[in-house]
Amino acid sequence: MPLDPSFIGKRYPPSETYLVSRAKIAEFADAVGDPNPAYRDVAAARALGHPDVVAPPTFLVVLTMRSSAQVVFDPELGLDYSMVVHGEQSFAYERPVHAGDELVVIGSVENIRSVAGNDLLSLRGEVSTTDGELVCTARSTIVSRGTAAQEA
Amino acid sequence: MTATVSFDDVEVGTELPQQSFPLQRLDLVRYCGASGDFNVIHWNERIAKAVGLPDVIVHGMLTMAEAVRVVTDWAGDPGAVVEYGVRFTRPVVVPDDDRGALLEVSGVVTELLADRRVRVELTAMSTEQKVLGQARAVVQLG
Repeated sequence: MPLDPSFIGKRYPPSETYLVSRAKIAEFADAVGDPNPAYRDVAAARALGHPDVVAPPTFLVVLTMRSSAQVVFDPELGLDYSMVVHGEQSFAYERPVHAGDELVVIGSVENIRSVAGNDLLSLRGEVSTTDGELVCTARSTIVSRGTAAQEA
Repeated sequence: MTATVSFDDVEVGTELPQQSFPLQRLDLVRYCGASGDFNVIHWNERIAKAVGLPDVIVHGMLTMAEAVRVVTDWAGDPGAVVEYGVRFTRPVVVPDDDRGALLEVSGVVTELLADRRVRVELTAMSTEQKVLGQARAVVQLG
């Protein structure tokens, strides 16, 4: 079943506050096999001008994936999760993320379009501090395989 | 935030040191735990094959995380990556053997931007095929 284009522009309620911890940054860096000391050693991060350990460039997926799940599992949208693959991902930073940041994500549907029988769902996650400072805009494209309306 | 590379030392065509990243099943399981993405196609060979994949595949986001190390190691400061985006064009398949998969990543400066920033284009290969498309980063240099 094709996705309903009236969802374009829909904004979801903000996520719960996420406190970025040194331990989670180190765990994520371990999981991607990256020994960079700026992810683990406060002194090394401060030597680069950061206030605390810095998060790897894709770390925010830990938060934005939860926000995307709000959309992907929205029963009104009717996406079949077994047909879904991740098509694109991007992060645009206003500033780096550090341990100690308290962040919220607001997810929204940026676009829905059909290409070659697939529905392409473009999602935006605005990651801000609890004080309202925008930190990063994450965009992802979710591909729903073979669900678009067939052209006559 | 201070990249150790100076904008003045970089031109279009400057190559970033190439790196290779081996990925085994254990790495995928560890990434499941750290990222919270427990999709079964990243750890269950039976289900991966049942949905038409050749075998267990790497999380696209793990491939994305590995590839950008070519940029962060070069720039000297992970916080210098201002923008980073990729398309996931082909899965990285991880066989259940002692070697797993190998991801080979290279990068080149493709554009000089305002405010001492540069655009870098990454090429990520596994089994001699490109696995990421339009893999680009904007980097704030010193």
